[in-house]
Amino acid sequence: MRGVEALAHIPYARFLGVHVEEGEHGLVCVLPFRDDLVGNVVLPAIHGGVVGAFLELTALVAALTVADSDRVPKPITFSVDYLRSAGPRDTRGRAEVVKRGRRIANVRVLAWQDDPAKPVAAGIGNFLL
Amino acid sequence: MTDEPKFALAPFFGEGRREFIEHIPHVKRLGMEVLYVGPYTARIKLPFREELIGDPVRRVVFGGVITTLLDHASGLAVSASLPEFRAIATLDLRIDYLRAAVPDRDLIGESVCYKVTHHVAFIRASAWDDSPDDPFATCHASFMLGANPGENAIARAIRKSVEEPS
Repeated sequence: MRGVEALAHIPYARFLGVHVEEGEHGLVCVLPFRDDLVGNVVLPAIHGGVVGAFLELTALVAALTVADSDRVPKPITFSVDYLRSAGPRDTRGRAEVVKRGRRIANVRVLAWQDDPAKPVAAGIGNFLL
Repeated sequence: MTDEPKFALAPFFGEGRREFIEHIPHVKRLGMEVLYVGPYTARIKLPFREELIGDPVRRVVFGGVITTLLDHASGLAVSASLPEFRAIATLDLRIDYLRAAVPDRDLIGESVCYKVTHHVAFIRASAWDDSPDDPFATCHASFMLGANPGENAIARAIRKSVEEPS
């Protein structure tokens, strides 16, 4: 559960209000909706940057669970595919460590709102452990 | 004779425009400042704040914050490339974190839209804290044009600024 504890010590995670739930299939990160997360007032939709940052945070929590040290893993590359606009609702994310190498963890992550089968964004990243 | 390219955003080209920030809740919350918008390009400043830190030991800003900075600069650069406003949406975005951003320094992000097709705009971007020659992150992104029938969010923000001057 080190990933969960670490989240409380990351100021940006507190700023976004992200918390972790123990889901049926493992850890689920939750980004509660807030008006000041909106980037597109026309739709309205959560700012794409916030969606990307939430994916990276969710991936980071997964990387922390396989890390040996308490150091926060450093992202090296992170890639986001935006699949749907993220509406003014809570967003959930789940990550999976694809490979834990000696120094690098490759992590895949998916975010959704109402229905996990309709993801709003997908991400993949490499973290230095 | 060649046709000069026309830009919907041309009246707002220049330095330090507040129109692009004031009516976009999240970038206003982060305290972003638009430094420059011109044809195919945008440069934005994100002042350092403790609440943006991702690594409390090294006091380095969380990587995803750079995503927000560069996604926003990129959306602006795409809007600054269009002859008429269309709704745009980020399709994908990839960031390479070259080094840690130095704590307590303002972060600058600059995006350049280097290709516009009928449906897609392509972006390269970078972010730095000291010199553009020494970026801490580089980025490639693509944007859908006319992604939905709605208004371009940047155009809406400008219109709101005109209607409700701050």
